[in-house]
Amino acid sequence: MQRIGVFVCHCGTNIAGTVDVKAVAETLGKENGVVYATDYTYMCSASGQQLISDAIKEKNLTGVVVCSCSPRMHENTFRKCAERSGINPYMLEIANIREQDSWICRDMPTATEKAIALGKAAIAKVTLNAPLTAGETPVTKRALVIGGGIAGIQTALDIAEAGFPVDIVESKPTIGGKMAQLDKTFPTLDCAACILTPRMVECGQNENIRILSYSEVAQVKGFVGNFTVTIKRKARYVDEAKCTGCGECTGKCPQKNVPNEFNMGLDNRRAIYIPFAQAVPKVATIDPNYCMKLREGKCGVCSMVCQAKAIDYNAKDTFLEEKYGAVIVATGYNPIDLSKFDEFAYSQSKDVVSSLEFERLMNAAGPTGGTLLRPSDGKPPKTIVFVQCVGSRCSADAEKGHEYCSKICCMYTAKHAILTRDHYPDTECYVFYIDVRTPGKNFDEFYRRAVEQYGVHYIKGMVGKVTPQADGTLDVQGSDLIMDKQVHIQADMVVLAASIEADKSARPLATMLTASMDTNDFFTEAHPKLRPVESPTAGVYLSGCCQGPKDIPETVAQASAAASKVIGLLVKDKLKNNPCVAEPNEDMCNGCSQCENVCPYGAITYIEKDFRGPNRTTVTRRVAQVNPAVCQGCGACTVTCPSGAMDLKGFTNKEIMAEVDAICR
Amino acid sequence: MLQSELNKIRDEILSISGVNPRKCMCCGKCSGTCPSYDEMEYHPHEFVHMVETGDIAPLLNTKSIYKCLSCFACIERCPRQVEPAKLVEAVRMVVERQRGPQHLEAENIPEQLDSDMPQQAVVSAFRKYRK
Amino acid sequence: MNDVKHITYSYFPGCTLRNKALDLDRYARASAEALGFTLEEIPDWQCCGGTYPLAKDEIATKLSSVRALASARDAKQELVTICSACHNVIKQVNNDMRTDENVVLKVNNYLREDGISYNGETKVLHYLEVLRDVVGWDNVKAKVTHPLTGKKIGAYYGCLLLRPGKVMRMDDPENPKILEDFITAIGATLVAYSQRNECCGAYTVFEDRNIPAQRSRKILADAEEHGADMLVTACPLCRYNLIKNKGGSRLDILYFTELLAEALDVKDKVTAVMEAAYAAK
Repeated sequence: MQRIGVFVCHCGTNIAGTVDVKAVAETLGKENGVVYATDYTYMCSASGQQLISDAIKEKNLTGVVVCSCSPRMHENTFRKCAERSGINPYMLEIANIREQDSWICRDMPTATEKAIALGKAAIAKVTLNAPLTAGETPVTKRALVIGGGIAGIQTALDIAEAGFPVDIVESKPTIGGKMAQLDKTFPTLDCAACILTPRMVECGQNENIRILSYSEVAQVKGFVGNFTVTIKRKARYVDEAKCTGCGECTGKCPQKNVPNEFNMGLDNRRAIYIPFAQAVPKVATIDPNYCMKLREGKCGVCSMVCQAKAIDYNAKDTFLEEKYGAVIVATGYNPIDLSKFDEFAYSQSKDVVSSLEFERLMNAAGPTGGTLLRPSDGKPPKTIVFVQCVGSRCSADAEKGHEYCSKICCMYTAKHAILTRDHYPDTECYVFYIDVRTPGKNFDEFYRRAVEQYGVHYIKGMVGKVTPQADGTLDVQGSDLIMDKQVHIQADMVVLAASIEADKSARPLATMLTASMDTNDFFTEAHPKLRPVESPTAGVYLSGCCQGPKDIPETVAQASAAASKVIGLLVKDKLKNNPCVAEPNEDMCNGCSQCENVCPYGAITYIEKDFRGPNRTTVTRRVAQVNPAVCQGCGACTVTCPSGAMDLKGFTNKEIMAEVDAICR
Repeated sequence: MLQSELNKIRDEILSISGVNPRKCMCCGKCSGTCPSYDEMEYHPHEFVHMVETGDIAPLLNTKSIYKCLSCFACIERCPRQVEPAKLVEAVRMVVERQRGPQHLEAENIPEQLDSDMPQQAVVSAFRKYRK
Repeated sequence: MNDVKHITYSYFPGCTLRNKALDLDRYARASAEALGFTLEEIPDWQCCGGTYPLAKDEIATKLSSVRALASARDAKQELVTICSACHNVIKQVNNDMRTDENVVLKVNNYLREDGISYNGETKVLHYLEVLRDVVGWDNVKAKVTHPLTGKKIGAYYGCLLLRPGKVMRMDDPENPKILEDFITAIGATLVAYSQRNECCGAYTVFEDRNIPAQRSRKILADAEEHGADMLVTACPLCRYNLIKNKGGSRLDILYFTELLAEALDVKDKVTAVMEAAYAAK
């Protein structure tokens, strides 16, 4: 026989303004099994909780019903209070008489009637509740960072600093990501490579960090604290352990016509290559799409000149299986494909370039050695037009581009213009903008410098068409909304601020991790305001642009935040599970596999089990098994189960029916 | 004209064009790409803005509505799919429907013809300037 | 490279192709026969109107297109047209009949008296789409006996073949290839230039002759500067505006079908083909 206590909260006037809380307490006090009922202004406060605590002890309560706000707010609070007071925390139910009642009902009689109904349902449920104990699973104290750009690097360094081993998986032959391709960074105009490469080196040398470059995640199994990940190590055809990074091979390779991805295809590299001089690991890689030895069996020069005997044409992809407690996604971004925006003549003229291509043209390690030259004829440009928002801020029905603002372009264009005017004061720069968005620290001051100190011409309006002329210049036709004119600028170069989008590997990775994404292929955070670095999937954390466009300061901040969350997980030896998990009744289970098929978390497996049959025989039957550590208590299996064998602890079928009956009474 | 009359006309313009001017982010790309920009007193982006704010009296009186080429460039290139050309056409239709087709008179056509002029030109002009 | 199964299309010539733009029509028909498809003229077709009525409450102006579309559907054929303007109007009206409930309702109410009901069943193709998607450029090339070698030809699309891209779905409106591939397939040298998809001025010849003059001069100048000797087009009004405003330009402006007929060496068959077509009517 239960002894239930009912506590009705006023929530100030939030509830009491619409619900007659005293009447509710009085009516519910008369319900079967209820031995105590009261009301109070703020149940969640220290004194409110003390009220509950005292009542539990004095009245020997076995179950508690709190009529208050949504369980999302304070279920945990009240459960802890119950536990402190000596009863099982799962012998407590919340009746939501705020979000589901006082906030939506217009008059007191209706609101009070509903509050009473909800209270009765909660009482009926708690009457049937059984005490539940949370289980525990161990935690593998190792983290996996997927992506070796600045986000992944920062996260790895922070986790390593806390003393935990970290693996970085990077699909390119080197870590560094997009930041390694940048020339200078806003708003400080620091040299990107100068601030990045020390971190890259640290990753390479830190004893807690293992870099798995030229590798990809192939499969993920498991759950928070206990992931098993299969990593594919692509064949490099160069032994990482032997290669010294001397570069002899790259100088001798006869295949010179491979578009160089690091320079955005503006120049070529060899079939055997080191992506850039500061690569970590500094190891050569052979591109099997272009290597003549691998494709036709000819050549072999690199292995002849390699003093370390590191070349291995027979290498194969290998697979590595490893266990991790936490997975951090840091897959980064790419600029959008500009072929759908050819009103800007990107495919028609070499001198129309994307912003990242322009970055390479400015960079000392770029295709022109740091002198800004037109890709078509190698002459210096005297007039440059920058076009903003290409592929960003497009409505969904435009069927091209993205709806969101790419965030970094206003700042990097100001940076490009400042650097151009600084290095080449005779070159005119025009920026066609819709808005100039400069929200960060020292950002707007930076943009003002571009205008006031460096004389960059900002035109409020958009470019409609770029027409390459026969003399090699580009006629840029756009609107100047402030002057109400359509202007034509004869430019030598046009730079398009291309929208940035999630890396192509993000979506398949999200599927492998069962982590949610939005329609733009950005990973969704657990809460947009309060939990920005965690995925709703436990054990998966988000770092950098994979979660949404952002600049380097924000990326590093988020990377460290993700690391701190991971460290908070890895310091634990054991994790407490949610005890409200599915449980199959093995006597009723007929082994149909329907539950296994609908479980989104892979928590259900089937086993062959022996049962006692009639006449002292043993019958072997196939029955479902739920892993309580993985099960998130979603209930999909319980409704799918045709025989009713699957039930959910804490929300059993009987309990739900009892709630319905109580409301209908 | 009274503001209330103007508001009615504005509603008619919005209804027959099917355009939602609030989608516009004031980027100016439509006017940036319009081949007739220099011939017009009011330009595509102004049509969108003025219809939204209700300042349509100037639009009803301007010759700009006849300068639109129906080239669909603004429709194709607007990143927000606002379709300014439909607004220009709607204003023109409202004007033509109110005062009757006066802009192009059949009597004036023969003197503008030459032996090579394709029927397509006459038919299109009639549809644009007399409806 | 086999012959495509011989297909017959419901053909909508449009008023101008029957009159001032005869060449565009005749050469198209003769070439079609040589390439293995037939253009069967829709009986009792009416002028499409030259320009698509943009207002949402325009109904009567769409009826001629719908009648043609219904006729094609009843003949169980796809509808082919050659004039850029007819192509633009009919495709946009067809799109309305597939997506705009209000238009479908009112149009079908109007046409009930004629016993016609239409719901967007017909597929509309431009002659160039037939060449690209049904015949295939390789097959076209194989049938070319008199390639236009050495001729430097630029494509002039104008507006109505390509835009609005979401409805025409003919090619990338900003970086089109269809006429360019055509030029290469008939053996000529392609000249690319950016103004190929900008407006010639269209019907504003009746509003202010300066407008098509300026527009056309810009297009011609761009093409000529990039080395073209000739432009090909599918629109009679574009051709008219460009020729009228040639000034000192050396460019010839031709219908693409004339070059096609020349390449396929069927120019002399034109008379026979036209007589047969008229006899069939």
